[in-house]
Amino acid sequence: MINKKVANAEDAISDIKDGDTIMLGGFGLCGIPEKCIAALVRKGIKNLTCISNNAGVDDFGIGLMLQQKQVKKMVSSYVGENAEFERQLLSGELDVELIPQGTLAFRCMAAGYGMPAIYTPAGIGTEVAIGKEVRNFNGKDYLLEKAFEANFAIVKAWKGDTAGNLIFKATSRNFNTVMAMAGKITIAEVEELVEPGELDPNHIHVPGVYIHRIFKGSDYEKRIEKKTTSV
Amino acid sequence: MLDKEAIAKRIAQEIQNNSYVNLGIGIPTLVANYIPNNINVCFQSENGLLGMGPFPKESEVDPDLINAGKQTITMLPGAALFDSAMSFGMIHAQKIDLTILGAMEVSENGDIANWKIPGKMVKGMGGAMDLVASAKNIIVAMQHVNKAGESKLLPACTLPLTGIRCVKKIVTELAVLSILPEGGFKLLERAPGVSVETIKKATLGKLIIEGEIPEMAFD
Repeated sequence: MINKKVANAEDAISDIKDGDTIMLGGFGLCGIPEKCIAALVRKGIKNLTCISNNAGVDDFGIGLMLQQKQVKKMVSSYVGENAEFERQLLSGELDVELIPQGTLAFRCMAAGYGMPAIYTPAGIGTEVAIGKEVRNFNGKDYLLEKAFEANFAIVKAWKGDTAGNLIFKATSRNFNTVMAMAGKITIAEVEELVEPGELDPNHIHVPGVYIHRIFKGSDYEKRIEKKTTSV
Repeated sequence: MLDKEAIAKRIAQEIQNNSYVNLGIGIPTLVANYIPNNINVCFQSENGLLGMGPFPKESEVDPDLINAGKQTITMLPGAALFDSAMSFGMIHAQKIDLTILGAMEVSENGDIANWKIPGKMVKGMGGAMDLVASAKNIIVAMQHVNKAGESKLLPACTLPLTGIRCVKKIVTELAVLSILPEGGFKLLERAPGVSVETIKKATLGKLIIEGEIPEMAFD
């Protein structure tokens, strides 16, 4: 098996540089690549374009990169819950492109399947449609949305093997699988890293062919954004 | 006049047996608390879950298991997990029977605005534009008038649109209304103690009133 293992987050992100476009998996704070985000913050590279469903909270997730003013542009579907984000956006330091959540997923999916674009009805008749090609199929209008191009995708999985095969837990799958498939270089951080043969091939969510680097992260915080319980 | 819980309770009566339903954030989330015992419903959370259960007990909290509102949740027996692309795939392929969501404005032809107020910080549309573009049936839970007393049921939306010609039914603190294919809000039911005259005053869009309008019935 081809070995994708690298030592740690620093090694995994070593060639990410100023101005790169990075996809970051996760939904809210669920399933975010917290070890690579920490390494990007330590490295201090700037002018990044981040494609991620959300922008973290003030002191966790992509919010940590925003605090260090490392992000030039966010491409997201929802960016609430983040005061520093709001401040930078209103002051003009940060650019944001808001796109429907399904479109975000499909543009990743298209990249991972080698398709240049997809058609979706999301955004028809709204400002999202401005400047985009509209085509009618069977009496319904659809927008042409292009596949993303990202130098790097960074995802977080539950388990992986050194061949890069990944398994996700619960709703942390979210954007991680499609982003893993979409990056020119894809980095996976995992809670548990095993040797080839230890994961059941029937249970693999993303095959290792899509993964270029994999490492085991430790001491995951897995912060909960809105802990809600019943009695 | 209905409070939020009562709006949710009335909407719960709309849920068909053996249906897949997506609940938006706010009042729609409360609908899950009022599903009649004889109705079998499967809730979809667009971050990647079918078969969403109630909020967890303290000992069951799992940071890897949340709903689209980022709240911790549980899974019911028979639940299924998937990624965001498959989640919006099943939405656009119309496998989800009903979407219930909130709105700032709805127009008499079924347009909805619920994601952006010019001049205010925009948080994003999340999955709303996808849901309204493809849902087989959309019910909106909303206040009939805004804080300034102005109607939110309009001839045309004034706020940036989320989707066009998609809303089928609206439940407000005052009334239940359907949107007719040819346009217009058809008054179906009044909230207990609310007069047709009150609803007329609160509705700026074309209001269609035919015959006696019954009061909403609650068990």
